[in-house]
Amino acid sequence: MGVVATGAAVWPLADSMNPSAEVLALASTEVDLSPVAEGQRISVFWRGKPVFVDRRTAEQIKAAEEVPMDELPDPQLDEARVQKPEWLVLVGVCTHLGCIPLGQKTGEPRGEYGGWFCPCHGSHYDTSGRIRKGPAPLNLEVPPYSFVEDEVILIG
Amino acid sequence: MMNHPLVKWIDHRLPIITLMNKELNEYPTPRNLNYWWNFGSLAGIILVIMILTGIVLAMQYTPHKDYAFDSVERIMRDVNFGWMLRYIHANGASFFFIVVYIHIFRGLYYGSYKAPRELLWMIGVVILIVMMATAFMGYVLPWGQMSFWGATVITNLFSAVPVFGEAIVTWLWGGFSVDNATLNRFFALHYLLPFVLVAIVVLHLWALHRFGSNNPLGIDAKGPQDKIPFNPYYTIKDAFGLGVCLIFFAWFVFFAPNYLGHPDNYIPANPLSTPAHIVPEWYFLPFYAILRSIDNKLLGVVAMFASIFVLFILPWLDRSPVRSGKFRPIFKLFFWVLVLDCIVLGICGAKPAEGKWLYISRIGTFWYFLHFFVIIPLLGILERPRPLPASISEPVLKAPAE
Ligand code: HEM
Ligand code: FES
Repeated sequence: MGVVATGAAVWPLADSMNPSAEVLALASTEVDLSPVAEGQRISVFWRGKPVFVDRRTAEQIKAAEEVPMDELPDPQLDEARVQKPEWLVLVGVCTHLGCIPLGQKTGEPRGEYGGWFCPCHGSHYDTSGRIRKGPAPLNLEVPPYSFVEDEVILIG
Repeated sequence: MMNHPLVKWIDHRLPIITLMNKELNEYPTPRNLNYWWNFGSLAGIILVIMILTGIVLAMQYTPHKDYAFDSVERIMRDVNFGWMLRYIHANGASFFFIVVYIHIFRGLYYGSYKAPRELLWMIGVVILIVMMATAFMGYVLPWGQMSFWGATVITNLFSAVPVFGEAIVTWLWGGFSVDNATLNRFFALHYLLPFVLVAIVVLHLWALHRFGSNNPLGIDAKGPQDKIPFNPYYTIKDAFGLGVCLIFFAWFVFFAPNYLGHPDNYIPANPLSTPAHIVPEWYFLPFYAILRSIDNKLLGVVAMFASIFVLFILPWLDRSPVRSGKFRPIFKLFFWVLVLDCIVLGICGAKPAEGKWLYISRIGTFWYFLHFFVIIPLLGILERPRPLPASISEPVLKAPAE
């Protein structure tokens, strides 16, 4: 009894700290992909974090598809991470402790596997955004998205 | 004063004057305390300074992501004495940690954590943890690049918790990233926690006054001849120590106010770009080095928390009946190695986690845990302490006349 009553009293207090309705409402973003050239990467803002969109070249796609699964700390096929192989869409937040990995701008280091490199504690991601080396435990997250037109996606 | 009729009238109904007289004036204190015993009262005074400057800063500060940075700059440029209050508050946090770390190492050296002071020691560890939380959240308030990314990295430590990690972090943030909701709640908690600290400090002193201070010889007082009243003897000694501390403090506040800070925190927070080298405030560096020395997210986080929590069980890891390191020749040696180890870890925490620094921080982390979990318990069994004096006054009375 007492435990239930205390729980009922504490829950509203604790739950009030969870994301509020208006934060949840802002949860989707539409992106026009047509200006993005092959080999180019852009960042868009979604839920307060960057989303990386990478129009991959044929070599990058090939490199991502040919990696043997036993070399991956978090094994996942490239085809399971994309809807169209040309477009790689990732949440640009390192799965270690949340820094933004480098590699979006030309000239930034892309790490030893040609994808992204997180400078905070040295995590390397490949051209599929999978973790290859460093303290991060998981691949870069693929956000929920859908193609609303041939070259327009809706994230969230 | 005690005989003033009004004082007597109050004291009869609420014996607060009697209590203060007993605990702060007549309070019998070992006669042989050295200057390492100054740091407890110094910490208390700095807490008061932090609260006073914090309250007036809060009157000028705006806890909103679009205004926080500018409101701090306004404090610096436009508010009367704002620059001074902010520099006192920012450097005060550093001094708070310097003083408390010395206070803790004092306890480690003189075995102040041993029976009957285990709970006093554990309450002290709670104070350290609450202080760390307070300082961390305070550093987020100016909403500069280091504020933002420090907040991101540290809150993400909780994502290492199996299964619930993600939900816990979302709950801490109040959103899907560090954002306005996070800043707002950190301000609320940063205002609250120092007052919680005051309450815990009262418990700390209550536990202290149950058996009284330990002392450099680590032996119990045998009678009134081993003690002197706190006032005036230790009030004056503490006041002198305070003066010395304030000279150093003033030097930082007025001549090197940003020396202990990080220049990147004068760049407004940008959620799209992480600074090349994120470093926490200096007082977190040894723990940060431990976190980064392990190439596994969960284990790194566990080791970091364990490095603090091990202090809770220290009274039971150290089985040696002798308190003071003065009479423990081998313990004394390892004590200084531990001090060195913590400094080395602190340096590693400031360097990028790669190459030789990574190796050094791994050795440092290994040694840290070896010290507490292997060396300390073994010394309790193997070490032969030197003979203890019969009483606190004995070494003084027996000393050859000069
Ligand atoms: C345990 C005691 C405290 C500690 C260790 C502490 C620590 C800090 C730190 C490290 C900062 C960042 C300073 C900077 O870089 O600008 C800060 C800022 C701030 N603190 Fe505290 N604080 C304490 C008590 C308080 C209290 C009691 C209040 C309010 C009642 C307060 C209000 C503020 C405000 C408004 C700021 C933002 C302005 C600024 O950045 O200077 N603090 N605190
Ligand atoms: S946050 Fe990216 S490696 Fe730690």
